Amino acid sequence: MTLAEILASLFPAGHDIVRQGGIMLGSGPLKSGGRVTVVGVADRMPLGVDDALVLAGHVLAAIDEGGKDPILVLIDSDSQRMSKRDELLGLNEFLAHLGKCLMMASLQGHHTIGLLYGHSAAGAFIATAMSTQSLVALPGATPAVMDLPSISKVTKLSIEALQEKARSTPVFAPGLANLAQTGAVLATWDDKRSLADQLQALLDAPATPGDQRDRLGKERKGRPKAADIAARVYDLALR
Amino acid sequence: METLSYRHTAARRAAGARPMAIVGVVASGNLEVLVERVLPGSDCQVEISTPVIGFAKVWEAVITDFVERRSPGGLRLSINDGGARADTVSLRLAQAVRLIEEDGR
Amino acid sequence: MNPPTDGRRQSPSWYESAARDRARLLLDAGTFAEFLGPEAREMSPHLGIFDLPRQFDDGIVVGHGKLAGTPVFVAAQEGRFMGGAFGEVHGAKLVGLLRAARDVATMPVLILFDTGGVRLQEANVGELAIGEVMRAVIEARRAGAKVIGLVGGRAGCYGGGGLIAGTCSALAVSEHGRIAVSGPEVIETNRGVEEFDSKDRSLVWRTMGGKHRRLLGGAELFVDDTIDAFRAAAIALIERAPAFDLAMLKAEQARLAERLKRFGKCADGLDVWKQAGVDDPAKVPGMPADEFIALARRIGEGRHDAR
Repeated sequence: MTLAEILASLFPAGHDIVRQGGIMLGSGPLKSGGRVTVVGVADRMPLGVDDALVLAGHVLAAIDEGGKDPILVLIDSDSQRMSKRDELLGLNEFLAHLGKCLMMASLQGHHTIGLLYGHSAAGAFIATAMSTQSLVALPGATPAVMDLPSISKVTKLSIEALQEKARSTPVFAPGLANLAQTGAVLATWDDKRSLADQLQALLDAPATPGDQRDRLGKERKGRPKAADIAARVYDLALR
Repeated sequence: METLSYRHTAARRAAGARPMAIVGVVASGNLEVLVERVLPGSDCQVEISTPVIGFAKVWEAVITDFVERRSPGGLRLSINDGGARADTVSLRLAQAVRLIEEDGR
Repeated sequence: MNPPTDGRRQSPSWYESAARDRARLLLDAGTFAEFLGPEAREMSPHLGIFDLPRQFDDGIVVGHGKLAGTPVFVAAQEGRFMGGAFGEVHGAKLVGLLRAARDVATMPVLILFDTGGVRLQEANVGELAIGEVMRAVIEARRAGAKVIGLVGGRAGCYGGGGLIAGTCSALAVSEHGRIAVSGPEVIETNRGVEEFDSKDRSLVWRTMGGKHRRLLGGAELFVDDTIDAFRAAAIALIERAPAFDLAMLKAEQARLAERLKRFGKCADGLDVWKQAGVDDPAKVPGMPADEFIALARRIGEGRHDAR
């Protein structure tokens, strides 16, 4: 689906989302009658200090308005912007700030939904997709922590060797299936059905409080130990 | 990965009362040794996990020498090897025993 | 380093110390107790696929103890094992600790960062762990717990570690410390050596190093490379760390906007420092710690309410 098709399917009655360079800002109506704030990164843009701050500002404005309108984060990004300037200016703080604003929104009662429709990687993925309460994807999305050629360079294994290993484990190779199995992606939506309907269904579904991703990863057999280890340390710490 | 295990009887039990100690780090040319005071009498066990295959004879010699010189009776030593040389292994084993024999914290 | 004045041993180097020693020596003597330590043998279930050796504690030490009498949680990453990088078990230990801090709320958490970011052999689960750590930090802070980051180890604080550092209530960093998202080699590989020469150590430190972060406002305190210095910093930062609320986030939005306005056109760390009020920026890299700390204090303390 193109971005235009996605927006049309999400908001058949129209929306006020505008592009500002690589990012999107705005809102749209929900089937239930309320509104959803929308922010996003488009066209596989790398996420740098400038855009991260604008996105965060929009999220803060949504929190400031009060209420409990959900926030939809549309994602088709590259990794974080890799440049001397971004690191010089403290990119880690800007990306963390965006993540914090999204997480704060969620804690204040705004359900934050990440909709991964294209690519995303590394720091951009963490600051956007992984900072939402519910991360869903469209078929064909290509999330990655790092691309295989880079993993190959660092691990000194050939891409073929990595691909072979990736057949027996979802823990390192890029791809939607792996990120779903390990618990990062909640669900893959059906691109043949109304996205507005699927969004509404997600918003209407009862939400379990707290971060469920490690439990999800265990259920899906993608992350065998994390949930148990966290629980054991938690219990020991509270004794 | 290769897993090796050696059981010995030392001349006497290791001194001190500490239940456990750990030395080293799993990095290139280094190793970690976890030592636990869990065996009866003068029994001593050394278990090794190493990514370098085919050096069992060298490990055996190093361990045998270590047991003779340090009398680590009652101790179970567990090694995660990062590709260390024999002299580094000997050093860490000796450090581990010295640490578990130390008084107090 | 100052010579000892009363016969006591000099405080050990933070940089040279193992993670477990940093945690133990940072806290009041004899108070550190480890959770799920090496004897529990909770290792990575994934490194075997790559024929890589594992470490009994998967490269992170978590536990509790007292800091100047105050009960605290502590997590210390071992930068020499797999570059201190986040794997499934490594990350889960930190997540569990932070969730406990959320539910206790009165106990600060000290995170002794020493990490290159995500462990690539466990890329997906490592990245997930980082996302979960960030969420757990926010929830702990929201509940009232202070989360203090200390950066001064071999691996620095890179990648997802840099993002986690950005969620902490406050940060202290030493000369050895670096904080960034992309590592120097990655920038060079992606953008060319003209953009960033990863072999130029001086450039790396001017861009990402402890002194730069302090002058930029990316860390609250710069400290000498000793256990004692980090301990004093941790105590001080716990006192003044801000609450996590909408006012704080708005203050941070303003702080970061101001930074872009002030330094957004700077080409190099030297330009940033000049803009920040340092008369002779070229002297900064070679400046000994105590002199730099005095200089930084004259330049100004950043806001304490905007992180």
